[in-house]
Amino acid sequence: MSLPIYATTGQKIWYYSFRVIVGLILFFLIAPIIIIIPLSFNAENFFTFTPKMLALDPEGYSLKHYRDFFTNPDWIRPLKNSLIIAPFATIISVSLGTLAAIGLSQSHVPFRRGIMAILISPMIVPLIISATGMFFFYSQMGLWMEQTFGISKSLSGYIKVILAHAALGIPFVIITVTATLVGFDQSLTRAAANMGATPTVTFFRVQMPLILPGVISGGLFAFITSFDEVVVVLFVGAAAQKTLPWQMFTGLREQISPTILAVATVLVGISILLLATVELLRRRSERLRGMSPS
Amino acid sequence: MAEQVLAADGTPLKASLNRALRRQKMRALLLIAPLLLFIMLTFIIPIGQMLFRSVENQIVGDTIPRTVEALDSWDHDADAVPPAPVFDALAQDLMVAVELKEHTRLGSRLNYEMSGISSLFRKSGRKVDDIGEVYTDQFVALDPAWEEPATWVGLLADPKWIAAREAWDGTGDEPAFIMSRAAKTVLPQTASIYADFARVIQTEDNDSPAEEEPWHVVYLALYNDLTANPSLEVTGPLSGLVSSAATAVPSFETEDVVATFEGFDDDWKNPEVWETIYTYSPAYTNGYFLNSVDLQKTNEGVAWQPENEQIYLTLFWRTMLMSMTITISCILLGYPVAWMLANLPARKANMLMILVLLPFWTSLLVRTSAWKVLLQNQGVINDLLVWIGFVADDNRLALINNATGTIIAMTHILLPFMILPLYSVMQTIPVTYLRAAKSLGATNWTAFWRVYFPQSVPGIGAGSILVFILSIGYYITPEIVGGTKGVFISNRIAYHISSSLNWGLAAALGAILLAIVLALYWAYDRIVGIDNVKLGG
Repeated sequence: MSLPIYATTGQKIWYYSFRVIVGLILFFLIAPIIIIIPLSFNAENFFTFTPKMLALDPEGYSLKHYRDFFTNPDWIRPLKNSLIIAPFATIISVSLGTLAAIGLSQSHVPFRRGIMAILISPMIVPLIISATGMFFFYSQMGLWMEQTFGISKSLSGYIKVILAHAALGIPFVIITVTATLVGFDQSLTRAAANMGATPTVTFFRVQMPLILPGVISGGLFAFITSFDEVVVVLFVGAAAQKTLPWQMFTGLREQISPTILAVATVLVGISILLLATVELLRRRSERLRGMSPS
Repeated sequence: MAEQVLAADGTPLKASLNRALRRQKMRALLLIAPLLLFIMLTFIIPIGQMLFRSVENQIVGDTIPRTVEALDSWDHDADAVPPAPVFDALAQDLMVAVELKEHTRLGSRLNYEMSGISSLFRKSGRKVDDIGEVYTDQFVALDPAWEEPATWVGLLADPKWIAAREAWDGTGDEPAFIMSRAAKTVLPQTASIYADFARVIQTEDNDSPAEEEPWHVVYLALYNDLTANPSLEVTGPLSGLVSSAATAVPSFETEDVVATFEGFDDDWKNPEVWETIYTYSPAYTNGYFLNSVDLQKTNEGVAWQPENEQIYLTLFWRTMLMSMTITISCILLGYPVAWMLANLPARKANMLMILVLLPFWTSLLVRTSAWKVLLQNQGVINDLLVWIGFVADDNRLALINNATGTIIAMTHILLPFMILPLYSVMQTIPVTYLRAAKSLGATNWTAFWRVYFPQSVPGIGAGSILVFILSIGYYITPEIVGGTKGVFISNRIAYHISSSLNWGLAAALGAILLAIVLALYWAYDRIVGIDNVKLGG
């Protein structure tokens, strides 16, 4: 849609103003995320640019909010909790989700639509409803676990949150892995079987390497879902399971401290890393399957 | 007849193929089963259980069963307040509930329907153990044996229990009390309350009914039983004691239980209190659902809530309206971007795509905190507006803690969900159509409106439903930037779960919200197909 040489003045004006409009919209999308990065280096406890910062005076900038993030137990504990809960939830979602996605992609699956609807439901149901439902059920389950297996309150708390987050992450794994399996050539497994490979060997040596990119991006989605989740953990978890988003949420609702901006900046960094990984994986997967990456 | 085709092992080919197909289906289901089970257990059942709470109302019938039963005989038109037997039943029920510490729970349950009931129950609960003392004194004056726990056990306990208790070696719990069948028929009221007394004594106090003098209300029940049936006959060694009591009761000084309750609190005279108890006595109720659409149950049927308590319809309406505003803003902002992405060369489009995907991948709380910071009164946006002279320094715009804040922040958060489906639809529209339209003489506008736009409508539909579904269930962002005027129904649900503890109402509101979302989801599945949901381009 480049501008032809014979374009009239009106067309030229429209062409450029349209680009400006799109540019503004993209600015609206990206600016709030970018702007918190310099703000997080503010030497004062303000949420706006101080005159010193605008003058690019080095004294206007400092790392004190980052120091607070990495030394204050109010932030360290939630960070640790998030790093405990998210990986376990991811492992559960990925292992069960991949198996189910492989099952779903077979040619004859009875009740495929219904099963799919149930498996996707954690993504569709509003989080507040999931959280409410889980609140009642999991508190009973926690008591039951504590009484039957004699595990501590804190451990049962972690188990509850991990299970809840695993359920929320599953739709993402299902969707990404089924999408990858659409391009998977089933004759490869037949060929492997023909050459004497057992189903297990076929799965690990033929199918898995090919769908691995899809599995990993599904896993990353599941990880970010758990790492970013606040509503469910707020209802299901106890104070001992306070995660990073929970701490941010409390901070935002009650007393907002500039450390939140430092935390946000770190999280933006993590998102950029994840986005890059998913994008690379997607391209690799398309190349493996013989499509031209777009 | 055609010759039957056989497989290599000699079975008919058809059967062999069917078997293979069946095996394949089984294998697929086996692979899916663990996850299906997991989701059922960790997600579907919890939600189902929560939805069930929206109609569940056993608490009234379970806590004051006798009162609920006695209320059936209440003639609403003739008496404003139920007759005396209802109050007798209430005294007994309340005594048990107080001992089990359940009366406050019932009080707060009924308080959702009529404020003031909670304190009524709490207040009466403190004094209820005095009811019936008049009868206790007179029975004991008649024969001191009535004071002996053994008398009561001999009169009411099943011989099996007495034997079991004697055989009991004193370790562990005492065998659970068993009521004798004869006592249940001869002294129904006494037997019923005494059974509760024995249960409470054994479970709550870890004591034995054989060693504890019964509550005063048990004497009240005995008095009622004896007056109702003066010629009753008890077999066994205690028959003399009972028959002499039966002849004495007509001359007993009586206690007006109705007056006693009114002495506890005037509200027991209030017909509305009784109407509320009566209306909410069944085990299942549609009351929560009615409440969630600003209606209430009364004895004349369903009626509107008082004007100042009508909030939910407004809230639902506001949730819808704001979600629609957000969806429309997303269409307006998303369409040009998606168009641009779809029509640029792949390399450039990929670069711009990153600008869309980065917010998509960024933590929701990061984006919400960014808006909280930016939109503040002393925040960057207001500073900027003051600096360019758009607003005066003392007249900064209120951008946060109201509907504006919620709409701005949520449009930003949900915009990628509009752009991505729009983009994937627009990618499939051939550019040549536009050129063809123009070469046939269409103006730029006509070519766009009559040729391009209709083909992009599926994308708009998919994006809109997605954004709308996500937005009506939002909780975090409205909670942080919405103040009081910019909150959604979700925030109210959260409030009822964690603050007001009116879980039934929260469940009913949740059920309505869920129904709306599922209907929209069904439409989405129809239009787009759930298999076609794409994540991150």
